[in-house]
Amino acid sequence: MRLRLDQQIISDWIPDGAKVLDLGCGNGALLNHLQQRNITGYGLEIDNSKFADCIRAGINVLQADLDEGLGQFADQSFDFVILSQTLQAIKRPDFLLREIVRVGKKGIIGFPNFGHWQCRMQLALGGRMPVSKALPNAWFETPNIHLCTIQDFEQLCESHKLTVLNHSIVNHEHKDSLGVRLLPNLFGQVAVYLVQQQNS
Amino acid sequence: MPETIPADSVGLVSPSTLHVDSPLKLDCGRTLSSYDLVYETYGELNADHSNAVLICHALSGDHHAAGYHSMADRKPGWWDTAIGPGKAIDTNRFFVVCPNNLGGCKGSSGPNTLNPETGELYGPDFPIVTVPDWVRSQAVLADKLGIKQWAAVIGGSLGGMQALQWAISLPDRVRHTVIIAAAPKLSAQNIAFNEVARTAIKSDPDFHDGNYMRFNTLPRQGLGLARMLGHITYLSDEAMGQKFGRELRSGAIQYGYDVEFQIESYLRYQSTSFVERFDANTYLLMTKALDYFDPAKEFDDDLTRTVANIEAKALVMSFTSDWRFSPMRSREIVNALLAAGKPVTYAEIEAHQGHDAFLMPIPRYLDIFGTYMQQIAAEVAA
Repeated sequence: MRLRLDQQIISDWIPDGAKVLDLGCGNGALLNHLQQRNITGYGLEIDNSKFADCIRAGINVLQADLDEGLGQFADQSFDFVILSQTLQAIKRPDFLLREIVRVGKKGIIGFPNFGHWQCRMQLALGGRMPVSKALPNAWFETPNIHLCTIQDFEQLCESHKLTVLNHSIVNHEHKDSLGVRLLPNLFGQVAVYLVQQQNS
Repeated sequence: MPETIPADSVGLVSPSTLHVDSPLKLDCGRTLSSYDLVYETYGELNADHSNAVLICHALSGDHHAAGYHSMADRKPGWWDTAIGPGKAIDTNRFFVVCPNNLGGCKGSSGPNTLNPETGELYGPDFPIVTVPDWVRSQAVLADKLGIKQWAAVIGGSLGGMQALQWAISLPDRVRHTVIIAAAPKLSAQNIAFNEVARTAIKSDPDFHDGNYMRFNTLPRQGLGLARMLGHITYLSDEAMGQKFGRELRSGAIQYGYDVEFQIESYLRYQSTSFVERFDANTYLLMTKALDYFDPAKEFDDDLTRTVANIEAKALVMSFTSDWRFSPMRSREIVNALLAAGKPVTYAEIEAHQGHDAFLMPIPRYLDIFGTYMQQIAAEVAA
């Protein structure tokens, strides 16, 4: 199974032997990849259509609705809790973010940047809600109900007293261009953040 | 009647009997000095005896899980949808063992068999057996078959509880536990339904305190009522609605108290056919075994501690419309396993069939189940 760009970044941040929880694990590609480095854990997924893939990939997958939180897991019971490309589809991203840093010693959150210049252009000049490769659905049918920009996300972390330990902002070609470095909120397409609760 | 045996059937099968002469001490304090276990097997045991799976049956099930006893059989075994060549429990890869539970009425020692000490039918004097008792007796069967560790212990409903109990009681003998449409213990509502069923049986004038055989009769009315009630709890409102709706047998309301709606006729049929094939004392015993099942009881009601010694990996499955043992009840098991840090996979299958869904050929269910079993087969090189 091939990893998506954000999944590759996430994989690089997790040390061998860690215990992880992957929220919205899809077909289990990330966990399968991590397992080769003795990283164990569980994947949560609301849609069981890919469960057979997960089982074939040898991962523990559990059907769960992330909107209900992570009540089944104890505080600080995982080294990393991962939420990649799912934040925008959650009913209350702030609630889930609190759950992530409660259950995980560290949280990794990857999301599409709605502040990318193409999104801005479509709205500012075209006068229409942006549709892109990362956000392919029309506004009325999209599962992505809570889109945010890099700035929005950083502000959410700040207001929830989360320390950003690392972040990576790239475009789809995974190119670390000058534009992305200088103006990440304008040129970055995919953002991945490593966070933890302050004083933890 | 099958005119020809389907290609994905285990075919014609016949049961075997294990006679055990070593005593079995039961949870109730009594001891069975000797007993019989009737069982069926499908597939071949491999050279290192690593490909055996145990199927645990539910309340009214028995050892005949798959295939046909004769070409005259109207239906195959009760879990033929899942057991057979190429099916979820693939008999080309696994050696499948399905015993009739102790206290049952299909050949294993139970109320309708002879008490070797008196030479008379046990009847109501057959001791109440528990889920842990079943595990102990099935372990004896495993020993006799040369199976040190089951590749998987699998069951639905009461069978799922046995699969859980196996993993708790004998952790080193279970590689995987597959727990379907089950619960870690019965709720007050579950026990209440069982009590209504028991009351129906016991208040039948033909029950004779369980000695009906001596009077050459059967508590048909009571057992039939118990089955009708049970059957309602196995189906969902939606499934019943789809199957029967408000359809009338004669097309018009008769303004009388005879059977008019199709659902009434169906329940009557379920009731009368069940009475012919099932023993009332066994029904009482099985519902008690259900009521008493509570493995966490000896761990201060802490289910996480209860499962802490489990070595098996677990697959837990539930069905959305099951209100007898709802997905919430399966999640209790899953959450305890998670809290204990055990490997577990959990799927909640979208199904309208209610509790009975675990017996149905639901593609998503059988796909997940079958894939999990293939992984086990690969692990044990079956």
